[in-house]
Amino acid sequence: MSTITIDGQSVPFEDGETIYEVSRRLERDVPTLCYDDRLEAFGACRLCVVELEGARNPVASCTTMAADGMVVRTATEAIERHRKTLMDLVVSENPKGARIDPLRGLASQELAHLAVRYESDGSRFVGKQSGTSRPDDTNPMILRDYDNCISCYRCVRVCAEREGDYAISVANRGFETQITTEFAGLLEDSDCTFCGQCVQTCPTGALGDLRSMEAQDQPGEFEKTRSICPYCGVGCSVDILTKNEKIVGVQPAMDGPANLGALCVKGQFGWDWVDSDERLTQPLVRKDGKLVPASWEEAWERAAKGFKSVVEKHGRHAVYAVASGRAPHESAYSVQKFVRYGFGTNYVDNCSRA
Amino acid sequence: MSNPLVDMEKPDVIFCIGTNMTETHPVAATRLKTAIRNGATLICADPRKIPLARMADLHLPLRVGSDVALLGAMAHVIVRDGLTDEAFIAERTEGYDALVKHLETMTPEWAEGICGVPAADIERAAHLYAGAERGAIYYTLGITEHICGVDNVQSLSNLVLLTGNIGREGTGINPMRGQNNIQGAGDAGALPNNYPGFQPVTNPANQAKFAQAWGREVDLELGITKVRALEQCGESIFAMLICGENTVVSDPDRAHCEHALDALEHLVVIDMFLTETAERADVVFPAAGWGEVDGVFTNTERRVQRVRKAVEPPGSAKPDWEIIAGIARAMGLGDGFPYQSAKDVFNELCQLSTTYAGLDWDRIDKGEYHWPVPDREHPGTPILHLGEFPRGRGLFVTPGYRDPAETVSDDYPIWLTTGRRLAHYHTRTMTGRAKGPDWLVPEELLEVHPDDVQRLSLVDGGVALMKSPRGEVLIKVKATDQSPRGTVFCSFSFGDVRVNDLTGAGYDPITDTAELKVCPVSVEPAGARV
Ligand code: SF4
Ligand code: SF4
Ligand code: FES
Repeated sequence: MSTITIDGQSVPFEDGETIYEVSRRLERDVPTLCYDDRLEAFGACRLCVVELEGARNPVASCTTMAADGMVVRTATEAIERHRKTLMDLVVSENPKGARIDPLRGLASQELAHLAVRYESDGSRFVGKQSGTSRPDDTNPMILRDYDNCISCYRCVRVCAEREGDYAISVANRGFETQITTEFAGLLEDSDCTFCGQCVQTCPTGALGDLRSMEAQDQPGEFEKTRSICPYCGVGCSVDILTKNEKIVGVQPAMDGPANLGALCVKGQFGWDWVDSDERLTQPLVRKDGKLVPASWEEAWERAAKGFKSVVEKHGRHAVYAVASGRAPHESAYSVQKFVRYGFGTNYVDNCSRA
Repeated sequence: MSNPLVDMEKPDVIFCIGTNMTETHPVAATRLKTAIRNGATLICADPRKIPLARMADLHLPLRVGSDVALLGAMAHVIVRDGLTDEAFIAERTEGYDALVKHLETMTPEWAEGICGVPAADIERAAHLYAGAERGAIYYTLGITEHICGVDNVQSLSNLVLLTGNIGREGTGINPMRGQNNIQGAGDAGALPNNYPGFQPVTNPANQAKFAQAWGREVDLELGITKVRALEQCGESIFAMLICGENTVVSDPDRAHCEHALDALEHLVVIDMFLTETAERADVVFPAAGWGEVDGVFTNTERRVQRVRKAVEPPGSAKPDWEIIAGIARAMGLGDGFPYQSAKDVFNELCQLSTTYAGLDWDRIDKGEYHWPVPDREHPGTPILHLGEFPRGRGLFVTPGYRDPAETVSDDYPIWLTTGRRLAHYHTRTMTGRAKGPDWLVPEELLEVHPDDVQRLSLVDGGVALMKSPRGEVLIKVKATDQSPRGTVFCSFSFGDVRVNDLTGAGYDPITDTAELKVCPVSVEPAGARV
């Protein structure tokens, strides 16, 4: 079996594994910026460089395939110095990037964390920023704050490789690099479907989730609760973000079995109805032709009495129930049991026929 | 779905019919796009030039409601040209000879006359699908929401059985479920013919099983479907419990629906909002919703997954199961509803279901299981029909072509077909109150081919009056070649454009599914009506 030696440890690997992937299996903390394990490796940021015996220069571990007999060192002094220089450069170009609110997106802290790790504060080089923000794009979902862009192209690649929409691309090179739609226009005039995948993979917060950013200034941290999207039958895994007892956003779960980190516009940006002031907050009963607020006991009694009197007058087959295809199993199970247990009939259905 | 979502990246030939998947199931569609990028061939049968049609190697723009003709002709070609999987037919199917006979007259030329797709394209589609190493079929409501919905599905199943494209990775016949937990509602037994786990109510053994578990005896007779129940309101049905459904807006023939609910003596609605349906109720209970309750959803690939509570519900709103238990208690039926938590309810379901027998609340924490999971040792069933079908052999059936319930006429010369849009969901109770999606698609639009816009003296962006024998609506016109000439499209998501006033001429005789996809209409400038 083929083996590779990483930091003195000799391990077997599978065909097609990169040095980075093997290192990660060994829990080596190799830094990356342009890497997203769902995308084809790109090799642009060079932060993931490692020392490879026999190679004159350090190699990018995310694009170099493991090969039999390779001897690799992931964190020599020279390599770490090299990485620090790279980070100092990146941070000097993007001073804000090191202080970005995590509500902007799932990966938005990657640059900030590495800036801390390499003590890069942007003072070493006089930076020239690349990318220009697009405050003119006033869509209510996606912030396009390209001042923070580091040209990792993760957004462009996720849009092409995962979402398959090819809505954005890269214009120019070097300091002039700009992420843009066709004709440099607004997202709404492009092929963008507002799936938010670019937002969630951006490592600097140059792209941000405007809906959750509304909660940015509230005090405190946000929490995550793993759940499933409430819309279609695909069943995408999401993390519900909450702050001060309110839902403030949704992020895709990268390990969600049905979606592998993908969402669509409904799942990503369609959660704010939960807090709508049109939500019902107390039971209502009809009195003198009008629906008026009532206590739970009163409403339960009223509901029960109505069913009982219909059964008395018309028999038990006069009662019918319809379960929801959107509520959880426990709802539908209770509805059918209410009918079967309560009336001994099978007069129940769900809403799938319409 | 017979196959899991991951399989969507694996077919070499994909046949999508009656599904606008990039809008209705966008995340599943990303997987198909991956397959296509990797070289898979896409055949898309849809009346409209939807995004999938634009991506397709072959688009079959059939006339709405003519699927049986198209699919029958594809089967005809597969048999005629010797493209069948003979070993599969011999080992795993029955009824082949009858099918061959039935298909004799269903030539591509005959089908062209009905569905409008050139015979040569039908032949090409048949050859592509039958020639696949791994051919997979995907469909949604564009197949089922017809009076011949069952015939449509059987026609697809014939193609699958003829070519053996089932029971293997990357193949299968895959309906995509529209609502997040519509699969789960059926699994949980909210059906007039089945107990939880699809155990028929007409089987005395099942009756005995539930009688023992619950201490109550349930009828051996089938219940009736919701569609029949609505028809019977005020005749034999006098009380209804409606949970989380805005029947008035989502169901066809709105006037009929409103009338039905008003004929009840007692209507109880459980919902998060005071919907058009709740407004007609005698008692309305405020439901805790998504993000506010713990529970279980089962997705379209039969994957059983947990949803979790992240925040408190507004006011005193409660989970549905608690609300229903409260009604039961007030009726003296409390013993049947002793639950302390959603977990208790779900675990009772698992104990009584055959498909969930190997599961419980804790085991589904990570969402790894696809049902059926018949026992604790069982790993779950991502791919159905591996060795055999539930009935043993796969049966060829012989559906013939039938016209839709109503066809175009001098008075109603245009086909209306309805569907969903990416940014919105169903009747918009949720997305209409979400800033982002609402900004993307703020209003209903009638999609009309530019030539028709001219021919009917409409104006792009202007308002049209659209009528069917059941009603009329005013709706804004959008000129687009996404609609073919003679067919218009809109969604039914917006309550102020009551599209379901128009639809609902007929129902599938077997499933009672409404014909929402086809409705002849007239379209004219609204003129002074605006
Ligand atoms: S916007 Fe973000 S993801 Fe896109 S290239 Fe710039 S830094 Fe990378
Ligand atoms: S939101 Fe989705 S479709 Fe739009 S640019 Fe980002 S990845 Fe592409
Ligand atoms: S992570 Fe390897 S080059 Fe960027």
